[in-house]
Amino acid sequence: MQVSEAWLRELVNPPIATAELVAQLTMAGLEVDAVTPVAAEFSGVVVGEVLSTIQHPNADKLRVCQVSVGQAEPLQIVCGASNVRPGLKIPAALIGAVLPGDFKIKESKLRGELSFGMLCSEKELGLAVNSDGLMELPADAPVGVDIRDYLMLNDNVIELGLTPNRADCLSVEGVAREVAVLNNLPFQATAFATVDPQHTETLEVKVEAAEACPVYLGRLIKNINPAAVTPLWMQERLRRCGIRSLSPVVDVTNYVLIELGQPLHAFDADKLSAPIVIRRSRGGESLALLNDQTIELDGDALVIADQKQALALAGVMGGKDSAVFGETRDIFLECAFFTPINVAGKARQFGLHTDSSHRFERGVDFNLQRRAIERATQLILEIAGGSPGPIHEAIAAAALPARAPVKLRSQRITKVLGIQFGDDEVHALFEGLGMQVQVVENGWEITPPGFRFDIAIEEDLLEEIGRIYGYNNLPSSNLLMRSELGKAPEAQLPLARLQDCLVDRGYQEAITYSFVDEAMQNAVAPGEEFIRIQNPISSELAAMRTTLWCGLLNAALYNINRQQNRVRLFEAGLRFFYQDGQIQQRKMLSGLALGTVNAEQWGEKVRKLDFFDVKADVEALFGLASITAEFVAHQHPALHPGQAAQIKNQRGDAIGLLGMLHPTLEKQLGFDSPVFLFELEQDAVLERNVPKFSTLSKYPSVRRDMALLVEEAVSAAAITSVIEECRETAIREISIFDIYRGPGVAEGYKSVALALILQDFAQTLTDTEIDAIFRKVLDTLAAKLNAKLRE
Amino acid sequence: MSASIEDIVTQALQELAHATDLSQLDQVRVNYLGKKGLFTQQMKELGSLDPEQRRSAGQVINDAKNAFQEALDARKLTLESAELAARLASECVDVTLPGRGQAVSGLHPVTITLRRISKIFADAGFSIVEGPEIEDDYHNFGALNIPEHHPARAMHDTFYFDAHTVLRTHTSPVQIRVMESEKPPLKIIAPGRVYRCDSDMTHSPMFHQVEGFLVDTDVSFGDLKGVIFEFLRAFFEKEVNVRFRPSYFPFTEPSAEFDVSCVMCDGKGCRVCKQTGWLEVGGCGMIHPEVFKSVGIDNQVYSGFAFGTGVERLAMMKYGINDLRMFFENDLKFLQQFK
Repeated sequence: MQVSEAWLRELVNPPIATAELVAQLTMAGLEVDAVTPVAAEFSGVVVGEVLSTIQHPNADKLRVCQVSVGQAEPLQIVCGASNVRPGLKIPAALIGAVLPGDFKIKESKLRGELSFGMLCSEKELGLAVNSDGLMELPADAPVGVDIRDYLMLNDNVIELGLTPNRADCLSVEGVAREVAVLNNLPFQATAFATVDPQHTETLEVKVEAAEACPVYLGRLIKNINPAAVTPLWMQERLRRCGIRSLSPVVDVTNYVLIELGQPLHAFDADKLSAPIVIRRSRGGESLALLNDQTIELDGDALVIADQKQALALAGVMGGKDSAVFGETRDIFLECAFFTPINVAGKARQFGLHTDSSHRFERGVDFNLQRRAIERATQLILEIAGGSPGPIHEAIAAAALPARAPVKLRSQRITKVLGIQFGDDEVHALFEGLGMQVQVVENGWEITPPGFRFDIAIEEDLLEEIGRIYGYNNLPSSNLLMRSELGKAPEAQLPLARLQDCLVDRGYQEAITYSFVDEAMQNAVAPGEEFIRIQNPISSELAAMRTTLWCGLLNAALYNINRQQNRVRLFEAGLRFFYQDGQIQQRKMLSGLALGTVNAEQWGEKVRKLDFFDVKADVEALFGLASITAEFVAHQHPALHPGQAAQIKNQRGDAIGLLGMLHPTLEKQLGFDSPVFLFELEQDAVLERNVPKFSTLSKYPSVRRDMALLVEEAVSAAAITSVIEECRETAIREISIFDIYRGPGVAEGYKSVALALILQDFAQTLTDTEIDAIFRKVLDTLAAKLNAKLRE
Repeated sequence: MSASIEDIVTQALQELAHATDLSQLDQVRVNYLGKKGLFTQQMKELGSLDPEQRRSAGQVINDAKNAFQEALDARKLTLESAELAARLASECVDVTLPGRGQAVSGLHPVTITLRRISKIFADAGFSIVEGPEIEDDYHNFGALNIPEHHPARAMHDTFYFDAHTVLRTHTSPVQIRVMESEKPPLKIIAPGRVYRCDSDMTHSPMFHQVEGFLVDTDVSFGDLKGVIFEFLRAFFEKEVNVRFRPSYFPFTEPSAEFDVSCVMCDGKGCRVCKQTGWLEVGGCGMIHPEVFKSVGIDNQVYSGFAFGTGVERLAMMKYGINDLRMFFENDLKFLQQFK
């Protein structure tokens, strides 16, 4: 909502400067988004009249003009504009004038001809970005008057960012009412004189949908002057409120909309086949709107129709067929109240948003229609003449919004706002806001006016008090809350600990969009059904990620393209997927690493990252929660078939993945070195094993090494689990310290060097006992894995 | 009798002087004091002398041996310190060369900011709760007193999956989820990602909010003001001013927006605050009776406040970041500034 400050001050004029007025509005909840002067700074420009023009003797495009500026003698001014002509009224900058941009006008000689000033275009006065020729002023413009006064340019446009509950301030009058209350000034809505009908003709109106249109006023105005022009003052006011001048009738309806907040519509009466019907649309009906859009109506929209067709989408926009145009002489003026619920959503449904729908959706004063139609009639008659008929009025009082009194308890004012508010103050404040106040036991009953749709409960009244009293003047209290002891759950690791661990291991945290490009999603998780956004920002942001890898890969590419050759990233966030037809959202912790193990450094050979470097990072996370995780070779379409593992927890649940990006995908996405990825379910990694003490052995431990020859396919996990299956309690630790392939080991085999740490709780192990255990382990390995001791 | 004791001493001292390292020196020691050393032999030969001679000759040998030992110790000290000096010299490194190994990386500025906010509130007993990002329209709108077709829905630019499933447009649904399952008193902070169908210089389709709310008996607007004040002072770590402007949110009444005195210019007016001296931080208010009604909390017994703020916005103010879009480009050069 834009209002002209000068217009506002015509209704209520507090003795404060613009800056203070603006601050006051903002602090009362009518946030001022911008204050813009109507015109740039300039001075010394008056209304001039071109008396004569003659061709400049030395320049084809220049003319030497005699211009009357209200002084005794006309001035000679050289002008190059093509529209300069005798009789034209224009803004004339006199000697000493200063135009926008600090451009000073001096006496000058143009190709040998003296020029005592300058004739100006709108652009030169800073009134428009572009202009074609001189600004042409109306023929009745008074010569010699300062152009700033004539055009009322000493004004500001105040742009209000109104919240949807304050529809009452979508008019100059509404804002004025607020300003009056804030400054303790009296405010009375302007009373407009009733126009006496000059004929008795009316159009029959049938309101079939009274519940949606409780008030409908119509008036025929006949024989207006189609050649009439909207006066400059009205054009200017409309322009300052962001509305373009179109024709006198349309301009008047817009003017009343801005002035009072009541949308009106004018039909070309010749195009109507009475009676006019306000009804629900019929399925299959279509309506060609003023904006050249044709909409297909369902059975639910409220329309204004005649006997032939739907004429207008009620409260939103009029139709093209019945619109007033340049030759319209007879108009049917409509001024109605449509209930908010019946307009809400309708404009949006058809992709429309109009000044009218904006107001009806939020609520228009249902007591305003008669005043508004009288005001509009009066203005139309003033500008375009015509003969008004009587007002046809259809009111369904039962369908009007209720305005029930709301109880305000004085003790609630104290309790919620922390201030004492007396009877006088309550009366002054609420009556100033147009409400009725009645004293009742322990407080007041307050009845909101027709223009307030946001006062229904006591809290709404408390807000009004707080707002007008000033939120900043309300006391602020120290937080007095009951305090309780904190919690320290030990079986749950905070995510922050994991994040910190990754940071310490050189991973930078990233945050990527939860919606990704479908192509990336399908590349990384082919065949996985993803959740699609109906109305995405763009097709690149339409698929809800089923894995965080999508975003991490994109982020890695972004950095590689910016000369980063070593990237380690992680992200914590949700993945989204379907399970049994239901949307699932699961918290994940994912990482990506590529490039060298360490950043290039002196005295150390550069080594490319491999699977086990990243596995160590993942294991470190499990280490924090003291979880034993199992890594099982796994096939995943996005991962290298030989370097991918599914991660399982102690219960055998799959809780994550680790692997190298499939080389085909690596190339397809544009990477030029291997990329390692992991993804873990947060809940599984955060579930911590609470430590439990076990006794320490007093006896010494012994280490025995063995080198086993096994087939390539035998995994390290298989070897260790076979040893564990021996259930030799003296074996405390099994560790693999070397894998060897090469001379001495047959093709297809590998040598695995293991260390066993043995320790007993009851005694020092003897060599015989150790040998027995060792032999049992070897025999079991031989039996189950065909392993041999390497000589 | 073999060489005179004087000769042996002279020769021994010469040999000591010629020993250039500790192993040579040890060889000299063995040559003279070892089992077969010259002094040891001399002592052995004493046995063939008569007791009278034995004593005086023994005295001479002992003196000579002591003299040698003393010289040996001295020489050893010299060689040891020379050796240490040589080692120290050879082991000298350029301490300005960088250390090796994995360098520590950093958290995303949003996470850093969220952690600080969470800590400030957690220290006052607030619990941190998260909620789903794909929400049903009841929790995102309906239960928050935003019925269908309410103009406030249009302000939200919602992403839809179907008519009733959306990406949450704010963290306020967490309020509903907590109040549905827990009884007051409640002190909750709910951080998380939110989504709006809007993307330009100053809008990101995904961003982060923190929602805070408190429900108890006798909670007043003054408590809300106090909490916001203290929070902003703790967050910016300076004596910022805060102002409250009336505003409108369907789920609070009274509602306010809160501004902080511009942290760039301390409220004097600059480009960042568009010369107003104030920066908009978030929205807040007293929880609306309709919201209490939808979760079955008696609003005659309980009252509460709620507030919400944008995390990126706070991070931008705190660190002077001037472009919202940088948060999600994940440029390492940007991210690593927040180590």
